[in-house]
Amino acid sequence: MLELNDIHTFYGPIEALKGITLKVNQGEIVCLIGNNGAGKSTTLMAISGILKPKAGTISFIGSDISDMPPHSIVERGISHVPEGRRIFPRLTVKENLEMGAYTVGSRTNKNKKLKSQFDKVYEMFPVLRERERQMGGTLSGGEQQMLAISRALMSEPKLLLLDEPSLGLAPIIVSRIFKAIQEINQEGVTILLVEQNAHAALNLSGRGYVLENGRIKMHGQGKELLNSEEVKKAYLGE
Amino acid sequence: MKKAPIHRFADSPIHRFTHSPIFIALWLALLFLPFKGLEAAGVLFIVLFAAVSLLRVFKNYAGKIKGLLSSLKKFISGRIRIKLPESKTRSIALTLLMSVVVMALPFYGHDYLIDIAVLSGIYIILAQGLNIVVGFTGLLNLGFVAFYAIGAYSYALLNTKLGIGFWASLPLSVMLVTLSGFILAIPALRLKGDYLAIVTLGFGEIVRLVLNNWDSFTKGPNGIGGIEPPHIFGMQISRLGQFYYFIIIFVLLAVFIIRRVAASRIGRAWIAIREDEIASSSIGINTTAYKLYSFAFGAFWAGLAGVLFAAKMQFVSPESFTFMESVLILCMVILGGLGSIPGVILGAIILVMLPEMLREVQLYRMLALGSGLVMLMIFRPQGLMGGKGVSFRS
Repeated sequence: MLELNDIHTFYGPIEALKGITLKVNQGEIVCLIGNNGAGKSTTLMAISGILKPKAGTISFIGSDISDMPPHSIVERGISHVPEGRRIFPRLTVKENLEMGAYTVGSRTNKNKKLKSQFDKVYEMFPVLRERERQMGGTLSGGEQQMLAISRALMSEPKLLLLDEPSLGLAPIIVSRIFKAIQEINQEGVTILLVEQNAHAALNLSGRGYVLENGRIKMHGQGKELLNSEEVKKAYLGE
Repeated sequence: MKKAPIHRFADSPIHRFTHSPIFIALWLALLFLPFKGLEAAGVLFIVLFAAVSLLRVFKNYAGKIKGLLSSLKKFISGRIRIKLPESKTRSIALTLLMSVVVMALPFYGHDYLIDIAVLSGIYIILAQGLNIVVGFTGLLNLGFVAFYAIGAYSYALLNTKLGIGFWASLPLSVMLVTLSGFILAIPALRLKGDYLAIVTLGFGEIVRLVLNNWDSFTKGPNGIGGIEPPHIFGMQISRLGQFYYFIIIFVLLAVFIIRRVAASRIGRAWIAIREDEIASSSIGINTTAYKLYSFAFGAFWAGLAGVLFAAKMQFVSPESFTFMESVLILCMVILGGLGSIPGVILGAIILVMLPEMLREVQLYRMLALGSGLVMLMIFRPQGLMGGKGVSFRS
């Protein structure tokens, strides 16, 4: 479904990604783990077009998206939940969700579609319905993360990019979020997940990639990586 | 628990001295001394000393006074029941009353008042234009006056050089200004925050300097006179009263259109960009295009205001388009409340009226205006009618 082929990106003179090649198949949960600065978030930003790769190709369902601007990539069915949630703090929860459906607005029978999208995310996170009229910025961290994920789902993505959804959240909320990720996946959305919380992420994922210094160090089945001595030592602290 | 160091500082003799009324008054009087001389500084010292001391005393009793007032309120409302009409009818009545006051102004106001009202109208359109860029989209533009100037000069030149009338030049001038908005936006929108502000500031100065120095074309600092006022059905709009209604039509048009646009997909995209640019692009908003539209749409209204200004004054010169003018327009937007359409109307009216009303105390006019703005930013940072605060992030 998604294929990255030898992607290089730069922040000024610094090469952040030094040739990333990875593949995500339809219906999978794939996770990227690695230390701070390994290039996990950068990889997601390259996919969603926020950062243009200097070299390499990204293809999504058969077409090359490496040169597309972010908004066309969203229209093709990739939704990105950026790191640190980035909800709109001074818009209400409902307005945040409506903004998430921005690309839906140009399609036909949008009202019906919007309503079913709202029902879907409210069913997944009932707390958002309760908070519908509240400003996004007044929500707790966990609720903001739920809102950020819901907002990304409003555009009916085929592929969801999640950047550290567990960042700064209490363990009980983290498990709630991870459960939701699983639910979303079961409904047919392919997921590419970036996580610091390597243990939980690998448990959830079918496959995983380990990044180090802008390169892919190893990849394999989630369970396999969990049991690998190297991963254990470097990321699981065992 | 340990006491925070700030508390210890608050009790220190230095702190007590710097916060004493006599120090505050002395300090401000000294600042004032080089500008207004010894006498004015002395007066200021006495006034400030008295005012600050009084405030201190008042502060000690503030709680008691508040309690007294609220019990008084309870007492009164317990005794007398005033039947207030329902809020909806009340607001309709208020709107009606206000529109009568506004529409009938030329019948009861003298020329001076009408003149100021016409000027307010032009500034309302101008400030609404800037509100689109700064208030909705969150792009700080410090050279907004450039678009106003281009609008005014293009009507002046089209009219005096080519003899084109108001109605034919209006679309031409406004289109030209919108285009210049696009042209400025293309390089400027690669920049963010402070850098964008500086580039726009530079643009404003460039336009003014070109107008000032291109003698053969713009007549330089002498300005262009003899601009024709507009005609409607063969009737010349030159009397103040007529011009007043003429401006009102444009103000209503501007407010109506901007309201509609702000509530549309485009307006929502602007607000999203203001709130978080990265998030906006990640939900599928073409941020570059919408920032461009915002700049051009804002410039459009500045151009219209410029044409109206030239038509009203029948004279334009670079003096009317200085950097201070950009700052004044920005103050109107901030005073009223960023992103609030009624707020910006109020802000524009206040900042046009206030200097006129303070003409009596000529010397202290700018001082009063400045301290008023400082007070506002301290006590109501979101502006008079702004509901949602805004930060300049992009």
